[in-house]
Amino acid sequence: MINELATWFIFFCPLLAFIIIGMVVWPFVGKKSKVSGYLTIAALLSSTILSFWALGSVIQNGHALEFESHNWLKIQNVDINFGIMLDGLTTIMLVVVNSVSLLVQIYSTGYMKHDGGYSRYFTYMSLFTASMIGLVLASNLIQMFVFWELVGASSYLLIGFWFNKPAAAAAAKKAFLVTRLGDFGFLLAILYLFFNSEAFISNGLNPFEVIDVNNAVALGVISSSVAGWVAIGMFAGAMGKSAQVPFHTWLPDAMEGPTPVSALIHAATMVAAGIFLVARFFPLFEASKEVMMVVALVGGVTAIFAASIGLVQNDIKRVLAYSTISQLGFMMLALGVGAYSAAIFHLFTHAFFKALLFLTAGSVSHSVGGTFDMRYMGGLRRLMPWTYGAVMVGGLSLSGIFPMAGFWSKDEILNHAWHSSTVVSDVVFWLALAAAFMTAFYMFRAVFMTFEGSYKGGAKSDPDIEISVEVTPHESPKTMVIPLIILSIATLLVGWLVNPLTNIGSIPMHWFSEFVHVGDGHEKVLAFNKMLAAISSLIALLGILLAYLIYVSNFGIFKSLQKTTSGVYKLLMSKYYFDELYEDVIVKQIFYSKLAAGLDLLDKSFIDGIVRTIDRSGRNIGRLIAQLQTGQLQGYGVVTSFGVLLMFGIYLIFR
Amino acid sequence: MDGLTQNTGFNGLLSALVFLPFVFALLIFVLPRNDNQVRLLAVFGGIVELVLSVFVFVVYNRGESGFQLIDRFNSWIPVDSFRIEYFLGVDGLSVPMVLLTGLLGMVAILASLGITHRVKQYFIWILILQGAVFGVFTALDFIMFFLFWELELIPMFFLISAWGTGRKDYSAMKFVIFTFLGSAFMLVGILALNVSVGTFDMTALPELVQGGIKLVIPAGAIFGLLFIGFAVKLPVWPLHTWLPDAHTDAPTAVSVLLAGVLLKMGGYGMIRVTASIMPDVMADMAWLLVTLGVINVLYGAVVTVRQTDLKRLVAFSSISHMGYVLIGLSAIASKGVDAASVGLTGASMQMFTHGTITGLMFLTVGMIYDRTHTRYIPDLGGLSNRIPLIGVGFLIAGLASLGLPGTSGFAAEILVFLGAFSVWPWLTGLAVFGVVITAGYILWMAQRTLFGPMNNRWEKLTDATKLELIPIGMLIVVILLFGIYPALLTDLFKMGVEPIVAAVTSSPEILNR
Repeated sequence: MINELATWFIFFCPLLAFIIIGMVVWPFVGKKSKVSGYLTIAALLSSTILSFWALGSVIQNGHALEFESHNWLKIQNVDINFGIMLDGLTTIMLVVVNSVSLLVQIYSTGYMKHDGGYSRYFTYMSLFTASMIGLVLASNLIQMFVFWELVGASSYLLIGFWFNKPAAAAAAKKAFLVTRLGDFGFLLAILYLFFNSEAFISNGLNPFEVIDVNNAVALGVISSSVAGWVAIGMFAGAMGKSAQVPFHTWLPDAMEGPTPVSALIHAATMVAAGIFLVARFFPLFEASKEVMMVVALVGGVTAIFAASIGLVQNDIKRVLAYSTISQLGFMMLALGVGAYSAAIFHLFTHAFFKALLFLTAGSVSHSVGGTFDMRYMGGLRRLMPWTYGAVMVGGLSLSGIFPMAGFWSKDEILNHAWHSSTVVSDVVFWLALAAAFMTAFYMFRAVFMTFEGSYKGGAKSDPDIEISVEVTPHESPKTMVIPLIILSIATLLVGWLVNPLTNIGSIPMHWFSEFVHVGDGHEKVLAFNKMLAAISSLIALLGILLAYLIYVSNFGIFKSLQKTTSGVYKLLMSKYYFDELYEDVIVKQIFYSKLAAGLDLLDKSFIDGIVRTIDRSGRNIGRLIAQLQTGQLQGYGVVTSFGVLLMFGIYLIFR
Repeated sequence: MDGLTQNTGFNGLLSALVFLPFVFALLIFVLPRNDNQVRLLAVFGGIVELVLSVFVFVVYNRGESGFQLIDRFNSWIPVDSFRIEYFLGVDGLSVPMVLLTGLLGMVAILASLGITHRVKQYFIWILILQGAVFGVFTALDFIMFFLFWELELIPMFFLISAWGTGRKDYSAMKFVIFTFLGSAFMLVGILALNVSVGTFDMTALPELVQGGIKLVIPAGAIFGLLFIGFAVKLPVWPLHTWLPDAHTDAPTAVSVLLAGVLLKMGGYGMIRVTASIMPDVMADMAWLLVTLGVINVLYGAVVTVRQTDLKRLVAFSSISHMGYVLIGLSAIASKGVDAASVGLTGASMQMFTHGTITGLMFLTVGMIYDRTHTRYIPDLGGLSNRIPLIGVGFLIAGLASLGLPGTSGFAAEILVFLGAFSVWPWLTGLAVFGVVITAGYILWMAQRTLFGPMNNRWEKLTDATKLELIPIGMLIVVILLFGIYPALLTDLFKMGVEPIVAAVTSSPEILNR
């Protein structure tokens, strides 16, 4: 059974790596020292092993492990404690975060080999992973918020890693700001909980402890409407981190970071944090039907909205970025219809196959000289067989084809949405089904554009990229291919193996779904719906077929669909004009040019103007009085005489 | 009227702390034959003061509340009804302020080593300034407090007008006149209290005034007079316009001290004087505090966004951040012990943390200016390529300023918000939006100075020297230390604000202690 110290070390290992690389290796050993990569990998290997130990311990224990928490801050009756919450959800997240991060780091040693900021890269990566682990371990709301923000800050550093690129610097800022806008809601939720702290404290509860907050509604400490407002605030934070519409705009831009960064933060970790937050406070969310409806609708709309934009992107990483947003929408809508375990299951499978897809994108780009534009790729199937195989596994999984991981988790979500009987769940079911069709289409559009047909020159043909050395497409080095293979195997296995339909050896039926429930067990595990599975598979296959007809076959009618002139295409290509609305209209025109400029002017001219006026009038009065001092004795004599007379007169009157 | 009996004695530590800078100033005046000896002596003085202030921080007994390390002569100026005492002492509120002053004094001296113009006078003024600020934070006799408060103006005036840049004479004069005007009101308030109560003893005043002694003018009026004096210093909108000018035109080290410790005299005064002596009036006026606080935060932040001069930008951000102090103080209106304590502790914490963060910011901005000779943001860019170490310091200051957890900025902000939200949910909610705007201007500033393509003009810039790294490192360590474990400070602050909270909430729980 894992003890507390060992659990903390899951967090400390990458933290120590961060400190050592940041303070010793980077400044003293070298900016490109190989040691940084090895240290990070060693730290994450240890963390991964410890995570599996934690997982085993919770399985063995049958319920959450409890540890003493430690006081961080105490003022009167207000206690902010830091501690560990080690339950099914946490351990699953630990395994996902650590194992994906480990593979990404191994891959990075190849991908970043020639980068001048090699040590800096691993410094940030270690910090990021440590923050993410801190987040999933947290047993306290403030503690969660601390790591939540640190995840944001370290992703800021990673997205802006190539800070000389204006686009990267801008994207980093955008990611931080948009997620912080959501955190405004998260922070208000924390404040609102504390607003009710007397009710908590008089019941012996702490308004910041995750468990106490979750139990508060059931115990009658807070009303369901209070719970609803708190949940809405938290959901705003979750929407920011998980890039739900309308907070989605930061994620595609964040592709400016190095590709392994995208694989880590946009597949398994940062973006999953929002889903994790909702899952962590699921009892609170469930207390309010309205909030659940909002969650489901936002998820459903995000799923189809992002998938539609993904249909037309030419940048392979952007396709994956929109696909990530869309898949996060799937998870969110699952949570909204009450399918807690299905959402986490999808988070779990998605982490593996999306990391796989991002890494293959990196591998492809590496091979063709640095471009991500699929219009300049093509024909890479023979040249890069391992990468191609990995893409097929990942792509089929994303499309939800049997027996890949994605098939199982997506099916479970659809099944829950179908069986849930509210109006909202009906709507989101159809949204999800439509999104599934689009997903299969855009994924295989990307696969065909990249790997089929003839090679179109890679970076050399891309006008946006200046290349110094000519590259011929080739398979990537072992350090990059091995993580692809491991992730492919995981994608093939994790779906049916961890959440099987029947008992497989020592793995019981629906193991995963049962396990992530902390023991409340009130959600029924639905039986596998063969009919639904068949329909969704058929829809996905149709999507793939359509992509094949348009991008591979040479049938005239379909070929003409590649044309890019229609209005719909324009709308999709410009991403429904969200960036223009936010950046040009709201930020630049309204905020910066009107509000900020107005207040700045007010400050300079009016408020400081009053000061200057007082200053000037003071001087003028002084000058006026100074003019009286003429130096002529006669004048003074006249004034003095009048003064004496005046005083005498006053004396006489008021005597 | 003899004051409280436990507040007597002579420890000597605080007297040394307050008067050694003057001694060093005198030594610098007399001894050195060249500029390097002046610098050496000043650095030595700074180290002595830092060590003493750390010593105060360590020896202050956290087990018992109240004033400690007392230095008191009952008969300094022994006129019967107008007895002015020599009275120094520290409690949980002032101990961190003393530490802050010692720390930033050292930083300021180190940051001034590059000064070549009239070196002797410069360091004499810096040391006098530091001594005066120590005096403000430790004086417990109201007249002494006031004398130190005024004394600080003289070195500031000369430091800005003789060693500053830009419209330095205008800015120096503006600073002096604003503060002077505020202190004139304050002096009337102090005298009105004395006439009513018959003492200048700041430790005895709270009990006497709250005990129901008849005041010569209404309590609200006295409150107003005192408050204006502190409000100018903090500064509170709309009395803030001296700040951007003074900060921008002052030399680097003076900006560090001005933003780092001098502004805190305003907030300190609000807690030490107005909140302690008249907590009930303060609670009645809390609506005004929170309203002005929200204006400070949002107005300051929005105006900051427009600034194109690095120093001016940081100056406006200070106005915004001082709003959090007011908002934290407004929790004094809470009926609950918890919210009031949290809010007041947060306000105090915000003062300390802003001192270190903005100190670091002005320090690094100064280093950038020393190298590029410009503070105009559009001219900068890509500086991280050439001066990465200064860039790291600047970025850490920025992230701390936007309240990133792990830095002390977060601990202060969250406490302010928690405390104030319990009393003023809507207004505080508005102020919370300030954190989004803050993130906006900080990151935009970082993007335009540190990141992006580099201007070729900056090809030859050299990074921080080892000597420059010392103050940067010191401040980073402090920011992270109190960010990772804020209880080191909040435990002190909460002891300092306890009597105030007890007075407003009349909580038997605290009073019985």
